[in-house]
Amino acid sequence: MEKVRRKRVARPVGEDDIITLENVTKSYSTGAPALNGVTLHIKKGEFVFIVGDSGSGKSTLIKLLLRELVPSDGKITVMGQDLGRMRHRNIPKFRRKLGIVFQDFRLLMDRNVYENVAFAQRIIQKSSREIRKNVPSVLATVGLAGKYKSKIKALSGGEQQRVAIARAMVNKPEILLADEPTGNLDPNNSWDIMKLMEQINANGTTVIIVTHNREIVNAMHKRVITMKKGVVIYDEEEGEYHDEDE
Amino acid sequence: MRMSSFFYTLGQGFKNLGRNRWYTLASIATISACLFLFGIFYSLVSNFQHVVKTAEEGVSVTVFFNEGTSEEVMLAAKSLIEKRPEVSKVVYISAEEAWESFKTDYLGEYADGFTENPLEDMGNLQIYLSDVSMQPALVTYLESINDIRTVNRSEVTASMLSGINSLVAYVSMGIIGILLLVSIFLISNTVTIGIAVRRQEIEIMKYIGATDFFVRAPFVIEGILIGLFGSVIPLVIIYVIYNKASFYLAERFSMLNSILDILPVNTIFEALLPISILIGVGIGFMGSVTTVRKHLHV
Repeated sequence: MEKVRRKRVARPVGEDDIITLENVTKSYSTGAPALNGVTLHIKKGEFVFIVGDSGSGKSTLIKLLLRELVPSDGKITVMGQDLGRMRHRNIPKFRRKLGIVFQDFRLLMDRNVYENVAFAQRIIQKSSREIRKNVPSVLATVGLAGKYKSKIKALSGGEQQRVAIARAMVNKPEILLADEPTGNLDPNNSWDIMKLMEQINANGTTVIIVTHNREIVNAMHKRVITMKKGVVIYDEEEGEYHDEDE
Repeated sequence: MRMSSFFYTLGQGFKNLGRNRWYTLASIATISACLFLFGIFYSLVSNFQHVVKTAEEGVSVTVFFNEGTSEEVMLAAKSLIEKRPEVSKVVYISAEEAWESFKTDYLGEYADGFTENPLEDMGNLQIYLSDVSMQPALVTYLESINDIRTVNRSEVTASMLSGINSLVAYVSMGIIGILLLVSIFLISNTVTIGIAVRRQEIEIMKYIGATDFFVRAPFVIEGILIGLFGSVIPLVIIYVIYNKASFYLAERFSMLNSILDILPVNTIFEALLPISILIGVGIGFMGSVTTVRKHLHV
């Protein structure tokens, strides 16, 4: 196994950890393990970047946190729940406390802005009254108060990502997972999205962002976890983007 | 489930129909065609069975007793025979009644020459069957009774009616079975395409925390609605056609009315309506549930 270089090897394990990975390995049927003995602790209310090249294990990590995959070895605890032991029928309830944002937005193109956000509430069976109250509120938070009825196709990339963030936030998750949220955006829109993420984090939500955007990572001075070939090679408070060769 | 969620799920089921409208129409059309054939078949079979039943009721077995058998013995035999399950009716014809009937039918005024009853020993029982296929068993039983001299029966008619009845039943069951399998396959195809078209939406639903039931229910509702529409359309068509056809046949072939007694449309629909809707909704439900279980891992 490659030697792990950490500026801060052992983060203090506390009761306020919202995510813990203890020696987690995830192997697929062929090839080297996607994650190899990863140990991580993320506290409630933290803002964390996860960086690394393709094949470093970032996507597998996100899938494990969403309980889309289960670890081959080790233990993952999210919001106090052991994901390896979680029953299938309890997964929906668990996921309602997570918000997820994708690079390609994954919006429903046949519906307008309001319907896309309301969709997240409808499928967890919120009442119509709650939906009418919550959706306008979250749309105002992401700066789309005047665009309820706009079709998704009529929006810019930045606006589409805001709709996706509104959809992720409307169920008031404890953790927001964002997989390359600025990957399809120009620099200005990317910064706007990051400011929105900071605002969400300031309101108490734990934010975890997987990104390749060096400029943003280096400018924001947040915790940066760098992965390579399935292991964590850096885990730094106010960290920076490291190249693969470093 | 909240009422708003119930209506949302129901609404999504309806919307699914519109989202894949060509496949939906193809599925509805095929199920309609299957159930239309089923309805036509059912109407024909019901009428045929009605005709057969009427004919069966006319087929009787006649037994004659040994010379000198008293009326009491004949009536005792009548009571015994009436208890058999395949027998629907037994009529006792006394020697006097037989002679009276013969005189009226064949002799007329020539009967006056007879001073005694020449049919003195022709008192008999006419036995009508509820199930004509049981005729051989009944005949064996009758022949075993001591006082009975002769058993007259129409074996050809009985076996032919019984044979036609079974043939029609087997052929219709076979054809209906095949049609139902085709319908299930088509609904399954429509739902599979629906799932493929909505793959991303389903994925988002899963990530947001929708339950398995909530993800699957709209597809099952879609299948049920296809089955329901697919059964109602042919029922309406058959109702109209049957009504017109029965009026036409009754008017045009009025001389055949005694043989060709067509059942009224309401009698046919008493059973056809619930059966068709049950089959339509049933195959819609089965086709969608099996497909959703197979293709929708949530």
